[in-house]
Amino acid sequence: MPELAVKSNCYDVAIVGGGVVGCAVARRLTLDGARVVLIEKGADILSGASKANSALLHTGFDAPAGSLELQCMQAGYAEYLAIRAELNLPLLETGGMVIAWNEEQLSKLDGILAQAHGNGVGDAVLVDGAAVAAREPHLAPSLGAVLVPGEHVIDPWSAPLAYLTQAVVNGAEFLRSTEVIGGRFADDEWALDTSSGPLRARFVVNCAGLFGDRLEASLLGDAHFSIKPRKGQFLVFDKMAAKLMRTIILPVPTERTKGVVLARTAFGNVLVGPTAEEQDDRVHARTDEATLEILHDAAVAMIPELADVPVNAIYAGLRPASEQKHYRIRREDGRQFLTLGGIRSTGLTAALGLAQFAAGELRAMGLEISALAEPVVKPMPNISEMAPRDWQAENHGTIICHCELVTEREIAATFDTAVPPGDLGGLKRRTRACMGRCQGFYCSANVARLSEGRLDPPMAAAS
Amino acid sequence: MKVDVAIVGGGPAGLGAAMALRKAGIERVVVIEREPEAGGVPRHCGHPAFGMREFGRLMSGPSYARALVRRAVQAGVEILTRHSVVALQPEGRLMVANPAGSLEIVARRVVLATGAREMSRAARLVGGDRPLGVMNTGALQAYIYLQGLAPFRRPVIVGTELVSLSSIWTCMAHGIRPQAIVTGGDQAVARWPLGFFPHLLGIPVHYRAQVQAIGGVGRVESVAVVREGRGAVEIACDGVLLTGQFIPESSLARLSHIVVDRASGGPAVDQVHRCSDPVYFATGNLLRGIETAGWCHREGLALGKRVAEDLARDRPKGAQVSVSVSAPFKFSVPQRLAADVASAPDLQLRLTEPVSGTLVVESGGRALYRRPLRSRPERRILVPIQHLAGAREPITIRIE
Ligand SMILES: Cc1cc2nc3c(=O)[nH]c(=O)nc-3n(C[C@H](O)[C@H](O)[C@H](O)COP(=O)(O)OP(=O)(O)OC[C@H]3O[C@@H](n4cnc5c(N)ncnc54)[C@H](O)[C@@H]3O)c2cc1C
Ligand SMILES: Cc1cc2nc3c(=O)[nH]c(=O)nc-3n(C[C@H](O)[C@H](O)[C@H](O)COP(=O)(O)OP(=O)(O)OC[C@H]3O[C@@H](n4cnc5c(N)ncnc54)[C@H](O)[C@@H]3O)c2cc1C
Repeated sequence: MPELAVKSNCYDVAIVGGGVVGCAVARRLTLDGARVVLIEKGADILSGASKANSALLHTGFDAPAGSLELQCMQAGYAEYLAIRAELNLPLLETGGMVIAWNEEQLSKLDGILAQAHGNGVGDAVLVDGAAVAAREPHLAPSLGAVLVPGEHVIDPWSAPLAYLTQAVVNGAEFLRSTEVIGGRFADDEWALDTSSGPLRARFVVNCAGLFGDRLEASLLGDAHFSIKPRKGQFLVFDKMAAKLMRTIILPVPTERTKGVVLARTAFGNVLVGPTAEEQDDRVHARTDEATLEILHDAAVAMIPELADVPVNAIYAGLRPASEQKHYRIRREDGRQFLTLGGIRSTGLTAALGLAQFAAGELRAMGLEISALAEPVVKPMPNISEMAPRDWQAENHGTIICHCELVTEREIAATFDTAVPPGDLGGLKRRTRACMGRCQGFYCSANVARLSEGRLDPPMAAAS
Repeated sequence: MKVDVAIVGGGPAGLGAAMALRKAGIERVVVIEREPEAGGVPRHCGHPAFGMREFGRLMSGPSYARALVRRAVQAGVEILTRHSVVALQPEGRLMVANPAGSLEIVARRVVLATGAREMSRAARLVGGDRPLGVMNTGALQAYIYLQGLAPFRRPVIVGTELVSLSSIWTCMAHGIRPQAIVTGGDQAVARWPLGFFPHLLGIPVHYRAQVQAIGGVGRVESVAVVREGRGAVEIACDGVLLTGQFIPESSLARLSHIVVDRASGGPAVDQVHRCSDPVYFATGNLLRGIETAGWCHREGLALGKRVAEDLARDRPKGAQVSVSVSAPFKFSVPQRLAADVASAPDLQLRLTEPVSGTLVVESGGRALYRRPLRSRPERRILVPIQHLAGAREPITIRIE
């Protein structure tokens, strides 16, 4: 096996998995003073569950009372608001409404409100159908709602990228296209076998998402949980939809499902989804036409004018659900190992809170570190619609992607960052190129040229 | 910047409109084009079948595009390349982004000529994984003819419109070997020799078939195709080429105050191709989706003449009569008729399914026009506009 070209022969902490949780943990531990390596088997971060979600920053109003999940969501929410300005991360302050479309749902609103208040979300209020209509004039008539002003929309890709970037500019190592395949704990340290060679670290944090149980089994010999992937499909409407709504439209949950959400995105679109479909496959997140049509109809039922808005994108994500609802935490003091597993449907919100939790657990397990005195802060380039974009700046040069107005220099610059894109998905998530209504009809050949030799797999070969 | 007429889009249609305006003596005519070069889609159609009517010889797309640009420049048209129109506003105000920053262009009249594109995989709701290698013909041709790159070697081609032939041509000329052609109909949509053409090349054609799912983690690995009455097949491939199903590139209009027609997907226009905001006009493929480059160019030339006349006149005030179609007609262009119009191009219709019957145009219970019609989807169907003149009640068009 090849020797890894690493800066340090023994890290304090090896984090396995570059999803949103692993990226947040890498940031926290680096800022707290640990020597960190983040190992990701994909060609880029966000290769698993974290690449496809609803992009909502939740208040935790409906989370299980007293749970670790609620605690991490609220801590994560607060930290996101605290750091987003210096990291230049967007926040679309939409508020959310749990809407009652029928009497049965109306009867549940009191309970939802009580839970919200119990969870400390004190500004949640009941509003009647007229107030819903006044707030959202394009929405079909409803009977009322619980309004949760603190539910917001964020950029689900720039956030984790910003977290890992902070880690890397402050000394953390990021190993991509590297899979952890085994390892042993002996003499106070882990010897990990990876597809890129051996590596040593005192502590291991398992943030392997959809493979968290497998990683646990391969490193500890047994897994304390098993992942049951739950697929969610989405459909994204073109930007004309954004003027039709502001507030996130949440359904009243039933026993069976949480139902579909209608929400704006940080990029000026509207999305509808997700579904909740159990499957065994941990890799393929497939969409299907019949389900997409159901989602489309559901969106049009909520906002009839969406019928005239073109569909820009379809996608699906896999939630790393397990056989139980709650987060699956395993702390092995003797083997200096921590699993943050089963982070099913709230990980984008909770990631920064989970990272605080993980740092506390590692300290309790004996990791001795002291925070960096003056960490470097690296803000993200803005790709959201909430602040001026590069194409609006003076001398921005050539625009490459016309639907999303991405400049050539934005594409060039992203390859020159601390965590450059490794595959086309990563390039799209960092710049929005090819993410618009034409899905690459006009610009993908240009993007292929600009990304030649940089992406795995490449977009094209010489013809 | 203040101009007489601003033309958004420098394809065959926009360049045509600009030339005609200059010929009619209009002083400041500016074409705003977001690409580094004007010429539109033909710039990357490196195959023949362009230019017969305009230049009297068969040309490849790129030489046709260059020839059109030369003619426009000679006629005194100002062409601003790398200028993207990002918003349309009332009173002919255009928000434009250029490499230096941004500017506002104010025009007495605006011609929208932003063309059409093939419908994306997402808009078609084609399910499955999201691997690399799924694209339209337009993108494939840009890879090959503009960048010298090949995005795949063994694609499956979906669709049998005229543009599907471009895609087969492009593939075969560049060592790309289509694995199969999949089409929903029971024969090819295009009038061309497609019925036997692929067979000559040994490419299997699956009629009455549909791509159900695209498979592959990094790159495309296969497509699952369901065939009516014959079960499903899995075809190994490394790309999926979704051809045809053109839709107008009308996003600027959709994001603005201008009314877009749900059926055509383009701006709603009257018979002179004036939009709901009388300062704005539309031409070329933006009106309806695909036509040939030559057709679009002539459409632009004719529009330019009418816009030149319009500049000398007051805004129209007369009553308007709506034009609507019933199934199996997909759309009509125009969607309304203004009173007191001297000359105007033919009304254009398209079908969603093959028909054989009588085309009837009615208004207020009276038939204005009837003729036998045997046609198929994606074929041009025209109704001479003079038959509709004078109608006071809404006009309806149907098959009897
Ligand atoms: C449909 C849907 C909607 C959602 N909506 C929201 C929302 O609106 N708000 C919200 O807060 N949350 C939401 N979530 C939840 C959120 O997306 C997840 O909780 C979160 O992405 C989980 O992240 P993770 O880091 O735990 O896992 P992952 O993102 O799966 O990361 C694990 C990483 O580990 C890597 N890996 C695995 N095994 C190995 C190995 N052996 N070696 C190296 N690397 C390995 C994988 O490649 C992967 O990149 C949603 C989720 C889904 C699916
Ligand atoms: C793959 C393919 C193969 C074809 N093959 C043939 C063929 O063999 N023979 C034939 O006759 N026809 C062919 N056609 C059709 C032909 O290309 C079109 O009919 C013709 O280009 C339409 O002209 P247009 O001016 O309406 O639009 P386009 O050619 O599409 O031009 C529109 C222009 O507007 C510009 N634009 C769009 N939005 C903006 C904006 N916001 N700001 C500034 N500029 C903007 C675009 O960059 C573009 O240059 C083919 C089309 C395709 C896609």
